[in-house]
Amino acid sequence: MPQEQEQRRVQKREDAGQETEQAESAAKGQDLKDEMDEIIDEIDSVLEQNAEEFVKSYVQKGGE
Amino acid sequence: MATPKVMGIETEYGIAAPGAADFNPVLSSSFLINAYAGSLRRVRWDYEQESPLRDARGYEPVQERQPVEEDLGMANVILPNGARYYVDHAHPEYSTPECATPRDLVIHDKAGERILERSVQAMEHLMPDGGRIAIYKNNSDGKGNSYGTHENYLVDRRVAFSRIARDLTPFFVTRQIFTGAGKLGVEGSRPQARGVVYQLSQRADFFEAEVGLETTLKRPIINTRDEPHADPEKYRRLHCIIGDANLCEVATLLKVGSTALVLKMIEDEILPDLSLENPVAALHDVSWDPSIRQTVRLRDGRRVRPLELQWDYLDMARKFVEEHEPTAANAEVLEWWERVLAGLDEDPMSMHRELDWVAKYRAIGAYRERGSLDWRDPRLAMIDLQYHDIRSSHGLYNRLAATGKVQRLVTDDEIEAAISSPPDDTRAYFRGRCLQRYQGQIAAASWDSIIFDTGKETLQRVPMREPLRGTKEHVEALLETSQDAAALVDALQR
Repeated sequence: MPQEQEQRRVQKREDAGQETEQAESAAKGQDLKDEMDEIIDEIDSVLEQNAEEFVKSYVQKGGE
Repeated sequence: MATPKVMGIETEYGIAAPGAADFNPVLSSSFLINAYAGSLRRVRWDYEQESPLRDARGYEPVQERQPVEEDLGMANVILPNGARYYVDHAHPEYSTPECATPRDLVIHDKAGERILERSVQAMEHLMPDGGRIAIYKNNSDGKGNSYGTHENYLVDRRVAFSRIARDLTPFFVTRQIFTGAGKLGVEGSRPQARGVVYQLSQRADFFEAEVGLETTLKRPIINTRDEPHADPEKYRRLHCIIGDANLCEVATLLKVGSTALVLKMIEDEILPDLSLENPVAALHDVSWDPSIRQTVRLRDGRRVRPLELQWDYLDMARKFVEEHEPTAANAEVLEWWERVLAGLDEDPMSMHRELDWVAKYRAIGAYRERGSLDWRDPRLAMIDLQYHDIRSSHGLYNRLAATGKVQRLVTDDEIEAAISSPPDDTRAYFRGRCLQRYQGQIAAASWDSIIFDTGKETLQRVPMREPLRGTKEHVEALLETSQDAAALVDALQR
């Protein structure tokens, strides 16, 4: 039986490892989502209001 | 033996007056520059040595450019950091002082952004109520009009220009994967670009030729302007017009650092022939493919991804640096070159902290997804433009930087210092320090000379034809002991 026990222990450790990985990747996913939310909020807070008119009227003479 | 790569970047900034009914970009650019330079005494730019129509292939200039801007009183000043700040066509243009390392050039390029921002602030009280001037560090208005960001590199005159053109073209076509500043859509009539919603480069759409003298129409990948601003027997100034204006410090470092190394390898004639079958078409194809997976065809028939060519250049550069120039400045360039190529190889979007086209693409993508917006939604075009707004408070790149979302390489203190001080290790040191010390006695100045008015009958021209002379090491003591310009000129003539 010790062998079976050992196997179970290994299995347990592997499960635990997988859980940690999943937790880590979920945390990473959450970090990424938070960062993207931050970027979107930042854009909303500074973006020119009248985008359509603003972009349309941005006409440059060629340079160089 | 390769020539040291003294380098500089000229940037034409986009200028607008949001909401204003009538707006004259030429006059506004001039007011903007004078508003900044108002506190400094203006020193006239000396046009005598300029000949932008001289051709590196040996053709005679058709006509010399008349200094029309100066005649009309358009602003054209030299700053105490050795930079030139002036009106070019209908844009304010900032030319950095000559720098000897890529990192210094990043600092001085950033100092230029801050100078533009301060100019806008200095002009605020001149504006009618509610009016403002908006400045963008980009290269296109999205409607088919482009303005340039030109890099300049000191190159050995003995190198055949045809060799420069052959070896630099495939590098320029493929370096877009890290130099691109990104753009929504495609400009010009390009049926083959159907379906492209976002591309790597601001500039690629405007290039139609392989080699040529033009900069405003039929733009060439390799520009042949032969105006060395240095000893013409020894040097060329390679005038590269194909780059985008970068905001990401890593992108700027890599753009000028990798190009300088490739130019050194061209001077040493160690690059193999990597000619593309159709460089102009390849330039567009690479820019139009944000997946960066599409291949380009070489003249020898091979098809390679732009990344593969860049890995080849990096391998050769590594070997070159190890054998000839194992400096800290080169090590920094190689390290970022490798990190960026590896990152792009794994997942292009992972380079959102390092590269402008990725940072902007990611921001636009997130905004679009959140609102389920169409790619043609004007808010996305607004993000595309506002990414390049030079205001610290409202520019989207600047907001990303302020909140730690892009990789910085230099400090704000270093940028602040570069607003008023020249680099120590090029002739810009002499120019900048003379301007600070003898301002009232300088009649005019240019890249390669200063004309002093020491009160004698004739003006005294001091030539500066060696870009690496006039450094702090050479002239600091001389400047300190020369009480006025007359003493300086006497000492120089001794």
